[in-house]
Amino acid sequence: MAATKQNGTGKLSANGQNGYKVIGTRPVRPDGVDKVTGRAIYAADVQMTGLLHGFVLRSPHAHAHIRSIDTSKAEALPGVRAVVTAADLPEAEDKVEDLGEGAINLKYLSDNVLANEKVLYHGHAVAAVAATTPHIAEEAAGLIEVDYELLPPVMTVDDALADDAPILLETLRTDSMGEIGAEQTNLASFFRHQRGDLDAGFDSAHLVVDRTYRTETVHQGYIEPHAATASYSADGQIIIWTSTQGSFAVRGQVCEILKIPVSRLKVVPTEIGGGFGGKINVYVEPVAVILSQKAGYEPVKIVMSRADVLAATGPTSGSNIRVKIGVDADGKISAALAELYYEAGAYPGSPVGAAANVSLAPYAIDNLQVDGYDIIVNRPRSAAYRAPGGTNVAFAVESVVDELAEKLGIDPAQFRILNGAKENDRRPDGLQYARIGQIETVEAIRDSEHYQSPLEGNYRGRGIASGYWNNWGGQSSATAVLNPDGTVNLNEASTDIGGTRASIAMQLAEAMDIEYEQVKARVVDTDTVSYNDVTGGSRTTFAPGLAAYNLGRQLLEEMKSRLADQWDVAAADVTYEDGTFSAGSESVPFVEAAGLVQREEPLMASSTVHPQDFGPGFSTQCVDIEVDPDTGKITILRYTIAQDVGKAIHPSYVEGQMQGGVAQGIGWAINEEYIYDDEGHLLNASLLDYRMPTSLDLPMIETILVEVPHPAHPYGVRGVGEVNIVPPAGAVANAVYQATGVRMDKLPISPANLLEAMWAKEAEEAELVPGDD
Amino acid sequence: MQAFDFVAPTSVDEAISALAAGGGRARPLSGGTDLIAQLQEGRLALDTVVDLKRIPELMAISISGDGLTLGASVACHSINANQAIRDAYPALIDSTHLIGGTQIQGRASIGGNLCNSSPAADSIPNLIAHSVTCHIAGPNGRRSVAAEDFCTGPGRNVLGTGEFLVALEFPTPPANFGAAYLRFIPRNEMDIAVVGAGSSVVLSDDKSTIQSARVSLGAVAPTPLFVEEAGDALAGQPVSEESLAKAADLAKAAARPISDMRGTIPQRKHLSAVLTQRTLRIAIDRARGTNTVDELGRLNGHG
Repeated sequence: MAATKQNGTGKLSANGQNGYKVIGTRPVRPDGVDKVTGRAIYAADVQMTGLLHGFVLRSPHAHAHIRSIDTSKAEALPGVRAVVTAADLPEAEDKVEDLGEGAINLKYLSDNVLANEKVLYHGHAVAAVAATTPHIAEEAAGLIEVDYELLPPVMTVDDALADDAPILLETLRTDSMGEIGAEQTNLASFFRHQRGDLDAGFDSAHLVVDRTYRTETVHQGYIEPHAATASYSADGQIIIWTSTQGSFAVRGQVCEILKIPVSRLKVVPTEIGGGFGGKINVYVEPVAVILSQKAGYEPVKIVMSRADVLAATGPTSGSNIRVKIGVDADGKISAALAELYYEAGAYPGSPVGAAANVSLAPYAIDNLQVDGYDIIVNRPRSAAYRAPGGTNVAFAVESVVDELAEKLGIDPAQFRILNGAKENDRRPDGLQYARIGQIETVEAIRDSEHYQSPLEGNYRGRGIASGYWNNWGGQSSATAVLNPDGTVNLNEASTDIGGTRASIAMQLAEAMDIEYEQVKARVVDTDTVSYNDVTGGSRTTFAPGLAAYNLGRQLLEEMKSRLADQWDVAAADVTYEDGTFSAGSESVPFVEAAGLVQREEPLMASSTVHPQDFGPGFSTQCVDIEVDPDTGKITILRYTIAQDVGKAIHPSYVEGQMQGGVAQGIGWAINEEYIYDDEGHLLNASLLDYRMPTSLDLPMIETILVEVPHPAHPYGVRGVGEVNIVPPAGAVANAVYQATGVRMDKLPISPANLLEAMWAKEAEEAELVPGDD
Repeated sequence: MQAFDFVAPTSVDEAISALAAGGGRARPLSGGTDLIAQLQEGRLALDTVVDLKRIPELMAISISGDGLTLGASVACHSINANQAIRDAYPALIDSTHLIGGTQIQGRASIGGNLCNSSPAADSIPNLIAHSVTCHIAGPNGRRSVAAEDFCTGPGRNVLGTGEFLVALEFPTPPANFGAAYLRFIPRNEMDIAVVGAGSSVVLSDDKSTIQSARVSLGAVAPTPLFVEEAGDALAGQPVSEESLAKAADLAKAAARPISDMRGTIPQRKHLSAVLTQRTLRIAIDRARGTNTVDELGRLNGHG
């Protein structure tokens, strides 16, 4: 049975539960004091003697050939030390590599860093300058003369797939389930997941709902802009300090782009002010290196502006989605079809593959088909964003599910329980679930005080929605040094975004039966431990946590072995209980033992893991809203999340992840979108007009931690960071329907869009009932 | 941002000389919350920036039986902190509270907001509703214009080369006067008005009839719009929802917005009516001495 915990926000429990001493408590994070006192070093804080400042010149056009670039005037400006363009990068190979962030064509990667022959979006980097001050660098960039031949912009799925669509990438051919097309195209790939008999399932259906949806491009909105500093040593060694989710991913990408061996580059991850998937791709890192090289090996720092961040990094795909679901008279789903058209941005690689798995994952369905299309358009190259692709498709599926439940007269929570996926059911691509907690999250919402409470008042509505995320294991390595005073240095290489230094250290402390405060966790550079995958895929408490658990066990075993030698007993006779080692009449507490066992030889341990059996996460959410009928503006009145968190190692940080994901999901649902003019210019590259929610736009978000322990982790850990962003748009849309009677078929449900939909509904009703009264 | 000369005169005459010397490449600086951002983003390039904040007249607040004279560079925070202004011109605070957060309010001025001349400026409809007079100094001496005549286009106004705004003069509110400013934004903070509306009324002594009214709109035309006909239509009418609805319809008819990333034409036309009606309700409540701060706060996102 699943344990549930209602909203522990802010409460400090003295002890964990279920026999744990450290797990389940809420200690202070190791980086907390430095962060709240302003001492923490973020990427833009890196300073050193002789530092030059870089500035990147960006394309003012969405789609154009570069005829020529004249950098002579910029080079002549006093204070300018180097100017680079794509011509300064090694020629990139047209081949696909996995560099720790999914497979990527190296030519596309390189061309995105500095445009080669063509610019493919407004904001595409074209050239860069290093100068003695940031102002000189910026002024010099303005002196670079780029001769563009303008091409028509291709901004949407429909533009890109039109018969006469302009072609973005001349060598691109459609990969259709491994079959490569012959024609030039903007459709990078197509795939289909299929099982059962779709036609029979729809034919036998009592009721079918078939709808199409549109969602817009949105950005991760991390508050710290990208920044990187590159420095050469006299012996040719390169160091990059950068704000990244994966120091090894940066090393891999930079070394491939610059064609240098990994042994020449050390990447030092700084503290990070948010990433959400957007700080995996490199942007300014390789540019800083070649500027430094060209400037006589002086160090170069590049700090992106907010406008550059929005225009040239991050965003996740806009999409066109069709969902058709049939149900029998009892409300059981008889067939489901989803067609997903995702905009990848300028280069292939939208998250449509992940979206396909998210699409129908919460439901047990025998007859289904999911089609995915990866389509390139003149927008920034899409990057991962928290459960990539999930929010788009869950908005569509959960809207259809809500409509089905309504038409059947079934409570929407009950409909989700009736059709809920459980152990041994399969997700759309066929992967079979181990023990999962989807139904438990729906039950937790159904039984919550929130869902049971009445919602009264005009233009108020309540909606629920569910969501799935796959999570990830990935490769991890860590070392632990036992100090003679009984503390342990934990060296791991996962960027700490959500409190993972604490949650990993807590697992080491639990494994060794020592206090959390005895573990000193730090994030190290790429020269210090072995390969480590990115902080992403909700993997960091799970996989590096597993490595930490192994480290603890190894250290304890070695301590027992050494004590056995000293006590002249068999290692198996040494026990360790309640922080004390004993054998016969001998007994020594841990802290003393730490010194004792290292009198002859120091003690450290290392662990590398690559777990394949990571547990997926499910979340069901409930929202109450109020719509101002005069303005179309939505106020979020109340929000409750129930999420299967496996085991909450540090409940406060789990709650923080849940609340953070929902905050982003609400922004996506009601206001966030990239706005372009007809020529493909991005109009709202600022936080003024790219409207993420502020603290005044959100209520306190309530959390219910549903703990269905993951069987393949010693402490039952599942990833918790991503699934929370999947349901909000669907939940809000369903609440909007209850409040207004309008089913929104597009995101965002902004005041302008909702007002228009309400007017359309009024007009429709006025036409439908003439003469009735 | 490129280098520029910074001049900080201590008298109006010195400022006139400095601005005149710079020609079109010199601009006055008050709080700088617009000007510095424009320089940083390359939307504006200047040779000379003339800081007006060391000129006593531009930093002065004078409130008396003759009304309120507000130096053009007085920061919003100084207005918010002035109890005499809060008592006599409560509706002015609707704007000064809305413009930026607390830190921005420590710099941003109403004069600067007017001179930046954005069609969506949060203070200008309010100045128009309050019948404010703008006092200008320049190489040819001093002159004055009504707030509704100050702006001439997006980012443009009546100031000639070497001229700058010295002060804003608010007449003493007549008996039974009330005013209000509201804007609509998609979020509850940190946004530019999709539509703004400033209204004022003077009620009869028994507070049942509207003697006169002024209605002004922001973000629905190239300049903040004085909708004289809406106020005229209210004059002599009873205080009633019907009267307000009629004025709201006139405001909607007067609005001639564009569609852009912040709003569409139908949305802005519609909101012109909604906000006119809501501001008139609040203005009437204030004229009657009813406390509506809670509703105002909620509508403006300061709940």
